[in-house]
Amino acid sequence: MADVALRKVVKRYDDVEAVRGIDLDIADHEFIVLVGPSGCGKSTTLRMIAGLEDISDGDIMIGGDVVNDVPPKDRDIAMVFQNYALYPHMTVAENMSFGLRLKHYPKAEIKARVTEAARLLDITDLIDRKPKQLSGGQRQRVAMGRAIVRNPKVFLFDEPLSNLDAKLRVQMRIEIKKVHQKVRTTTVYVTHDQVEAMTLADRVVVMNKGRIEQIGTPNELYHKPATRFVAGFIGSPAMNFIPCRLEEVGGTLQIRLTDRIAFALPPARAARYNSLPRTEKLLLGIRPEHLTESHAHLGPGIESFDTVLDVTEPMGMETLVYFGLDGTPVCGRVDPNAGAKDGAPMRLAMDLNNMHLLNEATGVVL
Amino acid sequence: MSSVTIDKAAPTRTVKYGSMSRDRKWALRWSYFFLTLFAIFSLLPPIYMLITSLKSSAEISAATNPWWVFHPTLENYVGLLTSNQFLRFFWNSALVSIFVVTITMLISVPAAFALARMRFWGSATLATGVFLTYLIPDSLLFIPLFKVFALFGDWTGIQLINRWYVLLFIYPTLTVPFCTWIMIGYFASIPKELDEAAIIDGASWFQTLTRIFIPVALPGLIAATIFAFTVSWAQFLYPLVFTTSTDQLVLPVGIITTLIKGDVFNWGQIMTGALLGAAPPLIIYAFLMDYYIAGLTAGATKG
Repeated sequence: MADVALRKVVKRYDDVEAVRGIDLDIADHEFIVLVGPSGCGKSTTLRMIAGLEDISDGDIMIGGDVVNDVPPKDRDIAMVFQNYALYPHMTVAENMSFGLRLKHYPKAEIKARVTEAARLLDITDLIDRKPKQLSGGQRQRVAMGRAIVRNPKVFLFDEPLSNLDAKLRVQMRIEIKKVHQKVRTTTVYVTHDQVEAMTLADRVVVMNKGRIEQIGTPNELYHKPATRFVAGFIGSPAMNFIPCRLEEVGGTLQIRLTDRIAFALPPARAARYNSLPRTEKLLLGIRPEHLTESHAHLGPGIESFDTVLDVTEPMGMETLVYFGLDGTPVCGRVDPNAGAKDGAPMRLAMDLNNMHLLNEATGVVL
Repeated sequence: MSSVTIDKAAPTRTVKYGSMSRDRKWALRWSYFFLTLFAIFSLLPPIYMLITSLKSSAEISAATNPWWVFHPTLENYVGLLTSNQFLRFFWNSALVSIFVVTITMLISVPAAFALARMRFWGSATLATGVFLTYLIPDSLLFIPLFKVFALFGDWTGIQLINRWYVLLFIYPTLTVPFCTWIMIGYFASIPKELDEAAIIDGASWFQTLTRIFIPVALPGLIAATIFAFTVSWAQFLYPLVFTTSTDQLVLPVGIITTLIKGDVFNWGQIMTGALLGAAPPLIIYAFLMDYYIAGLTAGATKG
């Protein structure tokens, strides 16, 4: 068990900077998820922590010791790979015990550790099988078992669930969380799936183009995104961004979306945005769940407007509705019984208490 | 169109499933035709050898049907297998082949591992270079190589020419490049995560090679072994040039030099010797073929 710290870590490949100066503190026992689109540097960062990639600049510390030049085997880490990377010629037990056998642990202890890990992962019956006799989910369990028996300071997961089908992925996600609750080993987990990130992490690190966009708990990222990238990346369906500007009409601050549609801001929001220049190009960030069907009695800060729906997608517990505001596609979530139909007019309500206002040019949430 | 409509209500009716099965049938017929042709073409010489080896010298030179044995005899087999000279050739060939296969594997497996996995400056160029050396015809090399060993003998006083073990220095120049190339291909097909997992598990490069790569690449290893064995067992030109004394000869050269006396060809024994010489590779192929084909990498990663 140990904390992990990254100080201004840079990774350069020839003239491409894959990771551009990352600072990150991971506390002991913490479950950290690195999330971002392909090529954002999350896997490279993980591989640098593992020691599989050299660091071009900066420091990586595990348990307070700088490990920049320490080979992977001496970093006391264990890694789970996307394609499992099980040794095909060894049985499950041999796969799990390989690292311990290389370190010449006593046979009795190896057996005890393997048995314990197999019990924890529910693979006791499979212990004498070869990897090719296992299903994808079982292989992933064995890969985790191989990490657990080593009892390392840090677990590293590199997109471990990406090769599984959707149903199994949800199941294994819960397994991983359970395992972490039991063994409490510091974990760094890389994924491109924001749902995985949100459900597993104590804290999520959102990365983009080799930099950290934001670090925070899943709820912080969801409700208080710092940038347009984070706001758009976290949450599904994604947050809507509608071009808008501020204007003052009769002493109240209002936000104008189209020539037809303008809403007075709730007092708290008006106070927050009052200092902004009225000429600035802004984006209204609003999540689909804050765009619902309109009711007769709307609460404070909730404003209604009329639109014509382009497409509706019934999801069962809700219906997603898609429409355009001056050419900007917008998504809302309405009650399945609200009568939303393709091509039909509908009155919707926008909850401005949960709105975000972004600078269009910089993408910063104001 | 109506002929391809499948009516589930009438399952007994013969349905023509378009051209798929007809295509397949014709493809199979042609395959059988050409495979039979090929089998006849390649099996005729050994069959003729077998027939001739069972004849006496008198019957061979007699004007009878050459494709039939009228008075079968094992005298050629008995003659060769009781001849110390022939057994010496066999022994020399076996020694050379076993040593060459061992030397080749000891060099080419670590070399292939280094070239395929341990990224170092120039490794890609070196890998191509290894293959290019294989492309030089060996018939171009025997004169300079002979000169090298002659000079080596002059300088050091260690005479290697006309010793069977000189072949242990020469054959690897033929086998190592190709075997290295085969093994590079096999090692490259092993997912990178496998050695990364081994490295994280605490394995050194050498342990990764011996405990992960060699077992996983066993089919490739066997393919390379078979190749090295075949080359050294069947090589003719080099032993003909480098060895002359009867006790230093290997099988192919020995048969030719001792069983052809002037213009007298002892056909019966030549054929018998050739057949006996072809037996070891045949036996090895038969045993290792399954390994050769089996893919042990299945299940290493996804799928």
